[in-house]
Amino acid sequence: MQQEVIIAGFGGQGVLFAGQLLSYTALDEGKEVTWFPSYGPEMRGGTANCTVVISDEEIGSPLVNRPTAVLAMNLPSLEKFENLVKEGGVLVVNASMVNREVQRKDIKIVSIPANEIAMELGSERATNMVMLGALLGNLDLLSLEAVGAALDRHLPERHKKLLPLNKEALRRGAEYKAEAIETA
Amino acid sequence: MAKELIKGNTAVAEAALRAGLEAYFGYPITPQTELLEHLSARMPEIGRPFVQAESELGAINMVYGAACTGKRVMTSSSSPGVSLMMEGLSYIAGTEVPAVLVDVVRGGPGLGNIAPAQGDYNQIVHGGGHGDYHLLVLAPASVQEAVDLTALAFDLAEKYRHIVAILLDGSIGQMMEPAELPPMQPLKTDIPDWAVRGTDGGEKRVLTSINLDPPAQEVMNLRLMKRWQEIEKNEVRYKGYYIDDAEYVVVGFGTAGRISLSAVRAARELGIKVGLLRPITLAPFPKDVLDELTKKAKAFLVVEMNSGQMLEDVRLVVRGRKPVEFFGRMGGVVPYPDEVLTEIKRLVDGPLTTEGHPRDRWLTRLSETIG
Repeated sequence: MQQEVIIAGFGGQGVLFAGQLLSYTALDEGKEVTWFPSYGPEMRGGTANCTVVISDEEIGSPLVNRPTAVLAMNLPSLEKFENLVKEGGVLVVNASMVNREVQRKDIKIVSIPANEIAMELGSERATNMVMLGALLGNLDLLSLEAVGAALDRHLPERHKKLLPLNKEALRRGAEYKAEAIETA
Repeated sequence: MAKELIKGNTAVAEAALRAGLEAYFGYPITPQTELLEHLSARMPEIGRPFVQAESELGAINMVYGAACTGKRVMTSSSSPGVSLMMEGLSYIAGTEVPAVLVDVVRGGPGLGNIAPAQGDYNQIVHGGGHGDYHLLVLAPASVQEAVDLTALAFDLAEKYRHIVAILLDGSIGQMMEPAELPPMQPLKTDIPDWAVRGTDGGEKRVLTSINLDPPAQEVMNLRLMKRWQEIEKNEVRYKGYYIDDAEYVVVGFGTAGRISLSAVRAARELGIKVGLLRPITLAPFPKDVLDELTKKAKAFLVVEMNSGQMLEDVRLVVRGRKPVEFFGRMGGVVPYPDEVLTEIKRLVDGPLTTEGHPRDRWLTRLSETIG
């Protein structure tokens, strides 16, 4: 069993950390995992993404062109990755930053105002955790509890006071459920 | 020790340090910089020299000097930086002192880009510097393997008084994977009898690569070549996946190897009897196992992130006995598994030939794809 997640957005939206958190969780759960960042010069202020592959066996390619799930934190990311999500997969869209409908009908779509939710919780910087929560609530990948435990272990010491906020953000995100896929 | 999630570049740096790296000299270049960055913090912390040289030329010559003292030394860079080191590498080879070089390959030629590539195969495996010499070349395909081979690199370098190159690419350098780092090894205390470390009235010892007497130089050349034969006999490493009953064999190293593994698994699910041979040592090249596979397999597919450089080494072993096809992406483009799967299916569907050159056929197909 192998699942692949691409997390994409602007630099500064916490895209790379969200991917690392998934990876840490997978590691703690005894799974194989790869985390591959876009590391081009475009990272500075531009778009950023990372690919996380989680598997029960030795992972081949760390890059995939048909991921199980995509987290699109902004419009350019939706444009770039919408068509790549594997049929039946999950697309989490940050409705706060995207002003159009998703075109695909053959995937699960979770549209969530992640920035607004994060602001309501007290910090817009938790947007990535809201998005990640929405993924976990709609894909049998890793449990919310396991990701929370990984946060406990891997959030840098200086950010430890933000643990409750981040966990609440994950939980709020997970409440959003995808619309059922329309069957023809 | 438990596994931790760690970036390839950082993992190699920490593994080198724990293997007893006593001095590091380098110059920053993407996608290798985290390696140097990690050591810039860790080496001073434990009282060992770290020098960011003025250039790659400076760095490799500092390695040369420090290697002459018999200490464990290394440098690291990425393609354009490694090109600058070629003169120094030849001198180190000519002086027969051990050193470790890490090349985190990026797209080229020229300044190119910083994306993952394997275009330095020929430069690292078949020379690059002048004169008759070989590098022992290790090509890990994962962060864990990079950790393990880093420790091995120092041992092999000292065993054979040889340069050992670790050939990575931007993908393995930048990727995070779980890996278990070895415990800290104590620094070695034995000083090789060839090392020059200053002497107070003792026996004069000279380490140099200059030899103005051709017959004497030839004796040295013979020694180097015999040592290489020894390495070829003892140090071949590779990993085979699904090769026991394989009718078709994919050959790929490093990142291209692990991408091919995904494709091989997908093909197996379709009932295609295909396996993967992933050379871990590129020099010495795993000729014997490939020769054995040539007797059994119907055809080979070589997959690389270059224009078919290892392909020539495969063809030298297969010698036209079985069809060999090639698939590669260049310039920092990383192939996806389904591209390799398409090539595996093409191999199965045929027709296959031992005529012509596989690169020519691949170039024709690639031109249709990318114009």
